[in-house]
Amino acid sequence: MARIELKDLAHSYLPKPGGEDDFALKTIDLDWDDGGAYALLGASGCGKSTLLNIISGLLEPTRGQILFDGADMTHAPTTARNIAQVFQFPVVYDTMTVRDNLAFPLRNRGMQASYIKDRVQQIAQMIGMDSQLSRKARGLTADEKQKISLGRGMVREDVNAILFDEPLTVIDPHMKWELRTQLKQLHREFGHTMIYVTHDQTEALTFADKVVVMHDGRVVQLGTPEELFERPEHTFVGYFIGSPGMNLLDAKIDGNMATIGSHQIPLGAGYKSPEGHTQIGIRPEFVTFTTDASGLPVQVTQVEDVGRHRIVRVGFEGNTLCAVLPEGTPLPEGTQHIAFMPEQIGVFANDWRVTPQTGGAS
Amino acid sequence: MDKPQNNRAWFMVLPVLLLVAFSAIIPLMTVVNYAFNDTFGNNAFFWVGVEWFKETLESDRMWGALQRQLIFSFTILAIEVPLGIAVALAMPKKGVWASVCLVLFALPLLIPWNVVGTIWQVFARIDIGLLGYSLGLIGIDFNLGQNASAAWVSVIMMDVWHWTSLVVLLAYAGLQSIPDAYYQAAKIDQASRWAVFRYVELPKLKGVLLIAVLLRFMDSFMIYTEPFVVTGGGPGSATTFLSIDLVKMALGQFDLGPAAAFSIMYFLVILLVSWAFYTIMVNLDREEERNE
Repeated sequence: MARIELKDLAHSYLPKPGGEDDFALKTIDLDWDDGGAYALLGASGCGKSTLLNIISGLLEPTRGQILFDGADMTHAPTTARNIAQVFQFPVVYDTMTVRDNLAFPLRNRGMQASYIKDRVQQIAQMIGMDSQLSRKARGLTADEKQKISLGRGMVREDVNAILFDEPLTVIDPHMKWELRTQLKQLHREFGHTMIYVTHDQTEALTFADKVVVMHDGRVVQLGTPEELFERPEHTFVGYFIGSPGMNLLDAKIDGNMATIGSHQIPLGAGYKSPEGHTQIGIRPEFVTFTTDASGLPVQVTQVEDVGRHRIVRVGFEGNTLCAVLPEGTPLPEGTQHIAFMPEQIGVFANDWRVTPQTGGAS
Repeated sequence: MDKPQNNRAWFMVLPVLLLVAFSAIIPLMTVVNYAFNDTFGNNAFFWVGVEWFKETLESDRMWGALQRQLIFSFTILAIEVPLGIAVALAMPKKGVWASVCLVLFALPLLIPWNVVGTIWQVFARIDIGLLGYSLGLIGIDFNLGQNASAAWVSVIMMDVWHWTSLVVLLAYAGLQSIPDAYYQAAKIDQASRWAVFRYVELPKLKGVLLIAVLLRFMDSFMIYTEPFVVTGGGPGSATTFLSIDLVKMALGQFDLGPAAAFSIMYFLVILLVSWAFYTIMVNLDREEERNE
């Protein structure tokens, strides 16, 4: 097990990258603590898999360094890094039995037969395949195959880290939940560093202690699920996390007031007038309907009942905003006024969160 | 129920029927006719029953040719299949050199068979041929006309030169279809190069290799032009394979009856062996699935 550091890392798939647009991974500085359960979250094509393959050594970065416990591993081959990786689509050795598939990584490392036998049995039980150990892997269904891939990833006890590249894509929803729980349990039991790539926020937030959000080849935020929810550092984190995502409105910021057109919205803190494209962001959970005429006048357009709460979509001067109403509150209709909880409003300039200068409006 | 039936539709099939009749059925039936009759010209035929078949089956000549044919076919299969896989594995996966290699390997397949024969005939000659002359210099007598092993070596080398490319191209196509993730997973699992071949590449190549073996077997079993040009079946009858023997019998000696019986059996043997090959391979596949 090891602490993994990425220093000034960048990668381009082009042989001679020119400008920043040529890079799939723009500069990344990141530390993965030993024994952490991390999720790497981001939309498709943001560079998650590239980053994973660089850590496991399947790709060599164009620039920068990878350190394992302080030792430079940037150019070390995969085998020297002692890393396990599970891929998005099942990779099994068709002609081998389930047992041989699970034993393969151990045999290749010359482990003792008795140890391999016990360990394979243990892993097979965990992934629920112990009754099928003697079957050929070829005739299995996609999710059984993926379970074998997961098992092969976890069968080695001494790995520096286990990397998962959207491993549950092909698994059915019920099994997904079960496997994720098992992964978490395994993490608690053995304390491996785990990095779990996904574009599904539920998966990321339930699996990980810390979530790394990537956007357009950059890491935009590393934080606990609560931090991502409460204090998104970037507008992307704001609307990617949460369902529905954060409401964003273009606004002029002055002190502790935001101005949208002819409307004034009090903020929870004072800001020096930030430069660039300024926005305010508010989670739908902190939007309330009010009878106070100083609120933003909106038109209710749609109500979705999602069980525990209702999502109300409203139109405001061409923007669509969302509000989450708890069960039991009366449903608003027609023209209404909404208010934002001042201390929950975030201010963003050019998509990045702005730190307030002073305390809230009195 | 009234179902419209238009028997004129049969006329549409007629052209194909005629084509097949003239290209396959009628010639084949003529051969069958010769196989069961004796003729002294003038289109006068006398029924002899299975006489020609008996004569052919009892002659050492046919069994000798069959034996040489089998040795030849299995030798070239044993060389071309592993060699083809090895070359395909060594080829670059992408880029300009991949295309260059593909074109180079396709070249022998485009050369007419008698030209291939001529190339190797000249190549092996002891007076002017690069191979024969060079071997002569280091004291090896490589005389095709007198030395049976020299004739065999030449014929086999020629076939390997001509046809390994086919196996290479098929195996290369098979290898290209393996997703990258398999190689990556094998790397993560610390699989040796041999293990990658044995457990990743070979299983995925099985399908194309089955086709390669079938094609090469059928083709080599019918080989005529190249050995005929290089050795003419000699020295003696050392490289007289089935088809060379058949032509000698039919056109050289004009023994049409025995030759016809011979061809029918020849045809049946190819059909039988190919069918057996195919059935065995497909059954092995099923067997495996049943064990799962």
